Amino acid sequence: MAKYILKRVGYAVVTLFVLVTLTFFMMRMLPGDPFTGEKQLPEKTMAALNAKYGLDKPEPVQYIMYLGNCLHGDLGLSLNTNRPVTTIIGEAFAYSFDLGIRAVLLAFVAGVLLGTIAAIKRGKATDTVCMLVALVGVSVPSFIVASVLQYYLGLKLYMATGVRFFAVTGWEDFNSKILPVFALAFGSLAQISRLMRTSMLDVLGQDYIKTAKAKGLSQKAIIWKHAIRNAIMPVVTVLGPITASVLTGGFVVESVFAVPGLGGYFVRSIQNVDYTMISGTTIFYGAFLIAANLLVDLAYGLIDPRVKLEEG
Amino acid sequence: MDKIDKSRFGWVGPDPEHQEGISRPSITYWRDAMNRLVKNRVALVCLCIIVLLILGCAILPAVSPFSGREQHLTEGNASFFTPCTDTRYEGQGHVHIFGTDRLGRDMWTRLFDGGRVSLMIAFSAVFVNLIIGIIYGGISGYYGGAVDNIMMRIVEIVNGIPYLIVVVLLMMVLPQGIFTMVVAYATVGWTGMARLVRGQALALKNQEFVVAAEAMGAKPSRIIARHLLPNALSVIIINVTLAVPSAIFTEAFLSYIGLGVPVPHSSWGILAQDGSQVFQVYPEKLWIPAIAISITMLSFNLLGDGLRDAFDPRLRR
Repeated sequence: MAKYILKRVGYAVVTLFVLVTLTFFMMRMLPGDPFTGEKQLPEKTMAALNAKYGLDKPEPVQYIMYLGNCLHGDLGLSLNTNRPVTTIIGEAFAYSFDLGIRAVLLAFVAGVLLGTIAAIKRGKATDTVCMLVALVGVSVPSFIVASVLQYYLGLKLYMATGVRFFAVTGWEDFNSKILPVFALAFGSLAQISRLMRTSMLDVLGQDYIKTAKAKGLSQKAIIWKHAIRNAIMPVVTVLGPITASVLTGGFVVESVFAVPGLGGYFVRSIQNVDYTMISGTTIFYGAFLIAANLLVDLAYGLIDPRVKLEEG
Repeated sequence: MDKIDKSRFGWVGPDPEHQEGISRPSITYWRDAMNRLVKNRVALVCLCIIVLLILGCAILPAVSPFSGREQHLTEGNASFFTPCTDTRYEGQGHVHIFGTDRLGRDMWTRLFDGGRVSLMIAFSAVFVNLIIGIIYGGISGYYGGAVDNIMMRIVEIVNGIPYLIVVVLLMMVLPQGIFTMVVAYATVGWTGMARLVRGQALALKNQEFVVAAEAMGAKPSRIIARHLLPNALSVIIINVTLAVPSAIFTEAFLSYIGLGVPVPHSSWGILAQDGSQVFQVYPEKLWIPAIAISITMLSFNLLGDGLRDAFDPRLRR
C-alpha cells in the first residue's frame, strides 16, 4: 500500500513539474516583455526593473527562480490589477469550489440514480427517457445549457409568472445557485448515468445477484446492498476526469451567470491577455486537478479490494 | 421369402455428396457488422445526418449567392426568410434563409461556412491523434517490456495534465488559426488512442490465431494485414467516431471563451459566441449554431454507440 501511494504521489509530482516547465517556457515564447508599454522607459529604469525581477539573468537561472517561487506559492502579480495572483486565486476559488463541489455531488448522486433506474427498467419507457436525457446531456455543450437555462428559466419564467424562482446571475441565495450548478453538472450527470447503466446491467447479470434473488431477498435489498455497491466502481474511476470537466466547464458557466469565481476570472484574463494571471491560474488548476486525480486513485484502491495496490 | 432387389432401396436422407458443403455463403466479420449496423435504424439515421452535414458544408457555401464574410449593413439581425434588400442583389429575389447576424452577414452561409471550419478542425485533430496514437501505441505494444514501460509512463504523465488547460495555454502562445487548434488538441489528445492501440496490440499478438498463422508460415505482413489490423480496426473506428464530438466540443468551447479561429473565419463556436451576446433580443442567433453543434455531437455519439453494438454484439445493452 505504501509503495502504491508513493508511486502515485511520484507521478503527481512529475506531472506537476512538467506542467510548470511547460507553462514557463510557453510564457517565454510570448513576444515582448513585461515593461514594454506605451511610454518608452529610460534605459536605466529598464535595467533596474529587469534586475529587480531577475530578468537580466540567463534563462536557466530564471527557470530555477521560477520553480523556487512556485514552490513558495508565489505566482507573481496580475498585470491588470497589480495584485498578487495567489490572493486573487484565494478569493475567487472559494466561489468556484463551492459551485464545483455542488455540481460534482449533483452529477454523482443524480447520475447514479438515473443510471440505476434505467438499468432496472431496461427496455421500458423509463429507460428510454432516462437515456434520451443522458444523450442530450452528453451532446449539448455546457455553455449552451447555461445560456438556455438562464434565458428561459431565469428570465422568461420570471417575466411570465412574476415570481423569481431562479435568479438570473450572481451567487448569493439558494435560488441563485440552482441554475449554475445544474448547467455545470448536466454533462457529467449524463456521462455518469450512461456509465452507471452499463455497469449496473453488467452486475445484474452476475451470479451473485441470482443467488440473492434465490434466497428471497427483496428487490430493494438486492439493488441497494448488492448491485449498486459493485456497479458504482467504474463511476468512481471517472470522478477524476469529471472533476476536471466540471472545473473547466466552470470557465463558461461562471462567465454566463456572473459568478465571481476563478473560471470567470480566467476567461477575463485570457481576453485581457493578463499573462501572469493565466500562467498562475494554469498552474493552480493543474495542481488542483492532479491532486484530485491522486485522491480518486487512492480512494479507488481503498474501496475496491480487488485492485491489487502493489501492482497498480 | 422373396429377395428384395437392392435397386429398390434408395438413400432418402440429405444428399451425401453435399452434406459437408457450406450451404450459405460465408459471412465475413465486416459484412456481419455491416448487417447489424444496417438493422440499427438510429445509427443509420445518424450516419445519413453526418453525410448530409458534410455535403452541406462542402457544397452550400459555394452555391449560396452570398459569401459568409460580406456585410449587408442595412439589414443587420434580420429574422428567418427575410428577402435581401442589399443594393448589390437588387431584384434578384435572394432570401436570407436563417436571417442575418449583427453585421448583416447571411447566417445560412455562415453556418455552413462555420461548419466547414468546425468539422475540418475536428476531423484533422482526430486524424492526427489517430496517426500518433497508432504509431506510439503500436511501438509500445509491439516491443513490450522496458520500452513499453517507459512509453506508458510518459503517456501517464501527459495524461495527468488537464488537457483543456494546456490547450488554452497553447492557444495563447501560438498564432491563432485552424492549424493551431489542431496542434493544440493533438498535443494532449493522442494519449487515449495510444493507450487503446497498445492494449489491442498487446492483447492480439499473443492470441492463438496469430500463433497459428505464424505456425502455418504466414509472413508478418500477412499477419498484420489479415489478422492484427482487422481485429484492432473495429475498436479504433469506434473510438475515432466517439472522439469527433469531443473535438467539436473543444473547438466550440475555445471559440466561446475567445480563443477560437481568427475573425474573418466563422466556426460554430464563434457563431455561438456571437449569438450569446444578442441572445436576449434574438435568441435564434444562438439557437442555430447550438442546434448544429448538438445535432452533430449527438449523431457522432449515436453512430459510435451503433458501431460498437455492430462490431461487438456482446457489449450490446
